[in-house]
Parts: sequence; C-alpha cells; structure tokens
Amino acid sequence: MNRLVWIALIILGLLAPYVVYPVFMMKLLCFALFALAFNLLLGYTGLLSFGHAAFFGSASYITGHLVRNSGLTPELGVLGGTLFAGLLGYVVGSLAIRRQGIYFAMVTLALAQIVYFIALKAPFTGGEDGLQGIPRGFLFGLIDLNRVYVVSGRPLGLNLYYFVFAMFCLGFWIIHRTIHSPFGQVLKGIRENEPRAISLGYRVDRFKLMAFVISAAMAGLAGATKSLVFQLSSLTDVSWHTSGEVVLMTLLGGVGTVLGPLVGAFTVVTLQSKLSSVGSWITVIIGGIFVVCVLVFRRGFVGELARLLKRSL
Amino acid sequence: MKHLFSNAALLAAALATTSGMAVAPNEKISDGVVKIGVLTDMSGLYSTLGGKGTQVAVEMAVKDFGGTVLGKPIQVIGADHQNKADIASATAREWFDNEKVDMITGLLNSGCALAVQKVAGDKKRITMNTGAASTELTNKASTPYSIHYVYDTYALGKVTGQAVVQTGGKTWFFITADYAFGQSLEQNTTNFVNKLGGKVVGSVRHPLSTADFSSYLLQAQSSGAQIIGLANAGGDTINAIKQAREFGIGQKGQKLVGLLIFDTDIKSLGLNVAQGMQFTSGFYWDRDDATRAWSKRFFDIHKAMPTMDQAGAYSAAMNYLKAIKAAGTDDPDAVMAKLKSMDISDFFAVRGKIRIDGRMVHDMYLMEVKKPSESKGEWDLLKIIKTVPGDEAFMPLSESTSPLVKK
Repeated sequence: MNRLVWIALIILGLLAPYVVYPVFMMKLLCFALFALAFNLLLGYTGLLSFGHAAFFGSASYITGHLVRNSGLTPELGVLGGTLFAGLLGYVVGSLAIRRQGIYFAMVTLALAQIVYFIALKAPFTGGEDGLQGIPRGFLFGLIDLNRVYVVSGRPLGLNLYYFVFAMFCLGFWIIHRTIHSPFGQVLKGIRENEPRAISLGYRVDRFKLMAFVISAAMAGLAGATKSLVFQLSSLTDVSWHTSGEVVLMTLLGGVGTVLGPLVGAFTVVTLQSKLSSVGSWITVIIGGIFVVCVLVFRRGFVGELARLLKRSL
Repeated sequence: MKHLFSNAALLAAALATTSGMAVAPNEKISDGVVKIGVLTDMSGLYSTLGGKGTQVAVEMAVKDFGGTVLGKPIQVIGADHQNKADIASATAREWFDNEKVDMITGLLNSGCALAVQKVAGDKKRITMNTGAASTELTNKASTPYSIHYVYDTYALGKVTGQAVVQTGGKTWFFITADYAFGQSLEQNTTNFVNKLGGKVVGSVRHPLSTADFSSYLLQAQSSGAQIIGLANAGGDTINAIKQAREFGIGQKGQKLVGLLIFDTDIKSLGLNVAQGMQFTSGFYWDRDDATRAWSKRFFDIHKAMPTMDQAGAYSAAMNYLKAIKAAGTDDPDAVMAKLKSMDISDFFAVRGKIRIDGRMVHDMYLMEVKKPSESKGEWDLLKIIKTVPGDEAFMPLSESTSPLVKK
C-alpha cells in the first residue's frame, strides 16, 4: 500500500490521544491488534479458531501476575505474557490443526473453555473478581507509565498511550511482515488449495502450526497490553464471548484484508461504548448490524472498499 | 452626564460583586458541577434489588436537596456494569477522567466494587458503597476516599449466624457464590458459627448467576447438616430457595438460611415459600413513620418498595450533599473529613457514624418473613425480631486490617 497512507495513519495514531479519550483509544488499539492477530489465521491461512480469547486472556493474567506479584517491569511482564500465549498457542495448535473445518473450530473452542475454567478456579487468577490493581509501573525501570500530562486542561496519560501505541505498531509490523513474506505466500496457498500445497511438497501442518503460534502470540501481546491499560485481568478476557467478538470484528471489517480487522475492531468497540446506555439491547443491535453486513456487503467494510478501488487494502 | 457616570459606576460595582460571587464558588466546586454516578447492576441478577431503583433513590435525594449545592447544579448519571469488574472499573475511570463525576454510589457486586474502589482511591474520588457486601472493602482494600454505607458480610454473618445457632442450628453446610462476596460471607459466618460451638460440615461453590442448583442442593442435603446456609444473593438465592423446595428440603428437618436477602427477593418468592425465614437487613420500609413516609414516595415513582441498597443510596447521596454544603467545597479530602465527623441520622440510619476505615456503623435488624395469614398488604412481608446496635453488629476496629486504622 501507499507509503503516504501508512505515514498518515501513524501520525493519526500519534495525535489521537489529544482528541479522543486516551483510555478508550488504548482499548481500541488492543482490540485492533487482537483482531489483526486473529485475521492472520482466518484471513490468510483459512483457519477459523473459536478460542482466541484463551491466548488474549491468559497473556493478560500472566502479565498481571508477573507485574503485580513478582514485581517485574511492564515490558518484561508484557514479554512474559506474549511468550506464554505463544506457548499455549503451540499446545492448542498442535492438537487442533490435526482436524479441519468445523472440527478445528470445535477443538479450539473446547481447549479455550479449559483455559476459561482454569482462570475461574485457579487461586492466582482471583476467580470471578479477576486480578485487580495491576500496577503500571516504570517502563525499563525509568519511565513512569502512570504519569499524567495536563494538555489544555485535560489530564492525559501520554506515557502509557505511547507505550501501547508502540506495542500495537510492533504487533502490526510483525503481522504485516508475516503476511507479505514468502512464508505468508505459502499460507495463502494453503488457504486456497491445501491438497495442491501438499502435492507441491509443502509440509502444510508445520506452516499452519507456525501461523497459529504467531497469531496466538500476537493475540497475547494485545491481552498483555490491555491488562496494563485497565490494571485488571478478568474472566471476560478469556470467555467465549471475547472469542466470538473477535470473529465479528474481523468479518465486519473485512476478512483477509490488512486494514479490515482494524476498522472492524474500531467499529465494534465504539458501538459497544456508545450504546452502553441501552443495556442488554446492545447485543441485539450489534447482531442486527452483523446480519445486514453479511447480507449487503459480505467482504466487510474494507473488503468492499478494496473491491471498489480494485486494489488490495 | 453625571447621572450616566454614577449609573455606570453602580453597574460596574454590581458586576464586580456578582462576578466576585460567581468566581468564589467556582473554585470550591470542581468543574462547576457536582455529579453523582450510580454504577450498579442494571440488567442482571441483582438488578431488582438495586438497578434503576438505586438511581431513582439518588435522583430523589438530589431533588429533595434542592437540585443545587453552593449555587452549583447537581447531576446524576447511571450505568450498568453487567457484574463485570472490567466494565465497572473502565466506566469508573472514564467517569472520573471525562465526565466530571465526583462520587460513585450503588456498586452492587463486591468484585466490581473492589475494582471501582481501587480506581477511585488512585484518582482521589469518593465511593459510597451501598450495594456490595464484602468486608474486604473496609479492610485491606479501604482507601481514605471509600465509604461502606449499608451493610457487610460481617454483620450479616454475625446477626443471622448467632440467631440460628442459638435456636439450635449447630451444623452448617454452605452453598456459596464463588466470588469475593460469597467467600467473604461464608468465611465470616463460619467464624461466628464456630465461636458459638457450632460446626461447619462442608461447603460447595457455584458460579455467579447460576440457573440450576440441583447438584449443589443434593450435596447439601446428603451432608446431613441441620442448616443449609446460602452465601449468595439476588437471583441466585431465589433460584436456590425455589429449587430446594422441589427437593423437599426444609420439610425434613433441614433448614434453609439465606444469609443475604432483600425485600424484593421475598416478594418474588412469595410468603408461602419464604415464611418463617430469618435474615439480617439494614433497613425495612415498614419500621416507623419516617421510613414509611419516604418509602411511599419511592413507591410512587418506582412501583416497588425500596430495598436497603436503594434506601441507603438516598441516604448516602443526601449526606454527601450535606457534607459538601457544610464543608463549603466538594474537595474530596474536605468532604470526607466532614462525613467522618458528622452524625448520620435520617429515616435510613439510626445512630449512624462513619468510622475511620469507611464503615458506616448503624443499627441492623434481624428480620423474619411473615406468614401469609399475618400479611395485610402486597408489601407487608417482614417483621423486625430484634434491633442490633451498630457497635455490636459490625466488625470492631480492633479486628480491622485497614491501613487507615493505626494500632
């Protein structure tokens, strides 16, 4: 894509906290990264995982625990959470990729429910209450992530925002590189025609597993960052609702597009927060939007736009 | 010309004084508005006992106070935390950062309450908790800005536990909601049961908002305990009691004791099912003339009698506003100092006092559900068996682990 578009997006990201409420913006970024990670699997490898919240949530718990109870600095906590999610991705992936289609989705869902149950019952996760009061701490032991700057009368937590933005850019870059590497080309080949990829001599399972692990680790990065933003890891992060939401975000935005999950995540999270006053109707409204989206523009927002512009976005 | 000058001078003087008057309160009330947030369960299993009714009560308090304090408007906003700690803390954070909210009340669900209290403490804003029960709120988790207004698991466990053990309920089995509140209630009640020579033979934990209690009830039944203690609340308690009846529990010697029960729970269970049950409450609408008068007004708006959470929220908001007026500012430190020094006395709280750890100590009541034959009206549900003075009902400061209590 055009270099100018990227630069414009980065500048937008850098200026966003001055206009939008920073905590909300950080939430958007975390979910966008989560959706991007998910899209690597669904959009580029053709694997529909119904258990991605397990990686998102467990990384959030691990990071929270490392920072809160072991007193690690936030960047080490995030690293720990991400690595754990990757490891968990390896375990879940190795079991799940032996099956295809709906069975793959069911295996990931089942394993994610096990993770949910552990989070509910294990003593260190705080059960229903979650892991509360996670300190944000000092980045590299130097930069205070709690520091608030007053800009034109509004208190802004800029240190934390730019940390989150950096994590998001890092995750985005890794995913983007993966998609556009020869490895990514093979993944797309597998998505289009798996038997042919096998007959061409690719060890399809290895590629799938590798994609699964990268996707899980990036979902973990998103979850780990979120736990620092909200200073809380809770059951919501590991529940199947979250797994479902990320599917919704990716499909709404446009599966298999680079920017689609970003747009989808922004849409869903914004709707949830703007409509929070209507209470339980929110699920109905978002469900309705999803139905309309599937019926009217199946490629998602960005997918349809790409079709109109006749280029890939 | 002269006239014009003197008129202008007069006008200028008048302007100066009015603007001077306008400036002074500006500094005293942050952002030029006092905003009370009602953050509670508006759609889930606790919404009937808190929910919109809590917001109605707070709005009544603001109206009764006159709608303004120190010349500045008072606003009320409400939100549903869906019983999720992450939504609760995110909403509280946004309210403090963006919405100019000065105080949050309601806060049903201890998990959510603990999360919000932490955020509020960090941001130096006041929470007046009327919904949640965990004693943790006034112990390790207490902050200089947190008040626990209505009741807690210590008082519930102590008053009900004593009453039951003294009438012969020596062996207990708990069915406990598996989160901060249920665990705290089970722990506190267990302590009193043991102290009085009773024995806890077992317990089982269920997730929040459970529809099917059969396996838990069967375990409780086969434990052989005389008393099955329900350390849960709202929809969970209602479900458990209804299903227990289907298993015949309560007719064969075993007795069901709800440790936290609200008037609205009894209303939905019906007197036939609930008659004879004893429990502890911080408020009953039919206690005296003042409670009846206020509850009648509440009923006219909300179409249901107030629970202790809802009545407590009115009282909390009212006393918060009084404290602002007395302190002459809404600065949280000054308001907290006032709140902790003044007497809390209204239709809700009898001999109320807010302690250093944030615990509002006031009289508690041991209630019994009336027989259908005793009830004279739709909401004539309970009778007060015993009034327990606050100092006896609540945890003494000597047992407190609050960082605010110096020993």
